[in-house]
Amino acid sequence: MLRALHQIGLVLLVVVAGAAPALACAGLIGPNGAVNLLKTTTLAAHHNGVEHYVTAFSFLGGGGQFGSIVPLPGIPTKVERGGDWTLQRLIRETQLELEELGALRSRAAANDSVRVILETRIDALDITILEGGGTAVGRWAREHGFVLPPDAPEILDFYASRSPIFMAARFDADAARRREQQIGDGTPIHLTIPIKNPWVPLRILALGKKSSDVVRADVYLLTDIRPAFLPRALGGLILRHSAPASPQLMRDLRADKGMSWMPAGGMWLTHLAINSAAGDLTYDLAVDVSGRGRPSRVAAGLEPVGGPFMPALPILLGFPLITVGVVLGAGSALLARRRPD
Amino acid sequence: MVDPALKVVARFAATLAAAAILLGVVLAAAGSATPQTVTVTIRHSKFGPAHYTVRRGATVRFVITNTDPIDHEFILGDEAVQRRHETGTEPAHGLVPGEVSVPAGAVGETSYRFSRAGVVLIGCHAPGHYPYGMRGKVLVVY
Repeated sequence: MLRALHQIGLVLLVVVAGAAPALACAGLIGPNGAVNLLKTTTLAAHHNGVEHYVTAFSFLGGGGQFGSIVPLPGIPTKVERGGDWTLQRLIRETQLELEELGALRSRAAANDSVRVILETRIDALDITILEGGGTAVGRWAREHGFVLPPDAPEILDFYASRSPIFMAARFDADAARRREQQIGDGTPIHLTIPIKNPWVPLRILALGKKSSDVVRADVYLLTDIRPAFLPRALGGLILRHSAPASPQLMRDLRADKGMSWMPAGGMWLTHLAINSAAGDLTYDLAVDVSGRGRPSRVAAGLEPVGGPFMPALPILLGFPLITVGVVLGAGSALLARRRPD
Repeated sequence: MVDPALKVVARFAATLAAAAILLGVVLAAAGSATPQTVTVTIRHSKFGPAHYTVRRGATVRFVITNTDPIDHEFILGDEAVQRRHETGTEPAHGLVPGEVSVPAGAVGETSYRFSRAGVVLIGCHAPGHYPYGMRGKVLVVY
């Protein structure tokens, strides 16, 4: 069975209310000033039916607490500190050259309550894995000190209709300083998630941002074969690298903490860069590693669930069907001229 | 002979007029002593409906249901009122007619007398909500 590498990128940043007034706009705000988010980098690797998802939370100073909510495609069986250089090694691999969802099936999208599946602390990060509908997860976040921006209800519902699993990560900047973490240091988190087909939520990156704000992120995929994905080239989604992963890269990654599960070779490395206006980032990344080259339009958010491209892929752990309603506004005016007799 | 295209235009215009009536909410005639009640639903940081039509002199009781997991407000008033609330720091509303805070998952209500013809704006001024587009209008007619 093909092992898909799933890379789930990107974090939705919300504000954790502290003593100071909350300004829940783009970015992170701490009680003593602005806390800016560094560009996110994420890796999803899939091997032996298990997805290994590595992402890092970084901060640029400030105080108090701030946090993120990340939609997940399934329930992780393990949440641990990620390796020390995996993400950086991937960045280096593709920088030299720079300079297409599986269907998700809805499971309890209308959950009225939240189930806490797992809680753990990694460095200065408190991680909680939740299951629930969008409203329930939003309510949980609010009750736990997160201040959600105005587009949060819609975006949480958007993701909950596809997967009711979320990761909430609360970063205590004061605790980070006590640990002598430097500004810009990242805390890598490694999630192990059983998943059938890769699916990367991208729209969530736009959360809390103005339409004209620019969203920048890097998405790395390591797959057993060259993947097909949707959407393909868009203005804000750029394919930076697509080639077999080098033996040296695989050796380096396997040597990092928690990465010994990686095969010795035979994987394909894809690097996609997001550089998009937030208002244009209305899609997700659907990936097909089955070899059929048919990533799901529904998973990419390009089509509603139940449309002609309803995927027939089997599902692990009940992925949500994407019930994105596409409202087509139709208005037209007819101009008529009396025909001369 | 009437141009078929004109017939289409006429039909479209009639449909548009009917739709305008359906979309708007026409409330009590001026001078009515009994406030009319209007139900407003907040979902995904939007008012539903967001546009109303009322007669001058009418008093309307708005019952607002907030289905979002975040707090919202329902503020009626002209541009100056909206500007004041956008820059203000009042943590909650409810004492002034036409102004009410509605916590997440809760129901709030407020009554307002539309004494002058024109446009009265509706807005939520929780941080970022008004620029996000959480606003509406009441058209007050004679």
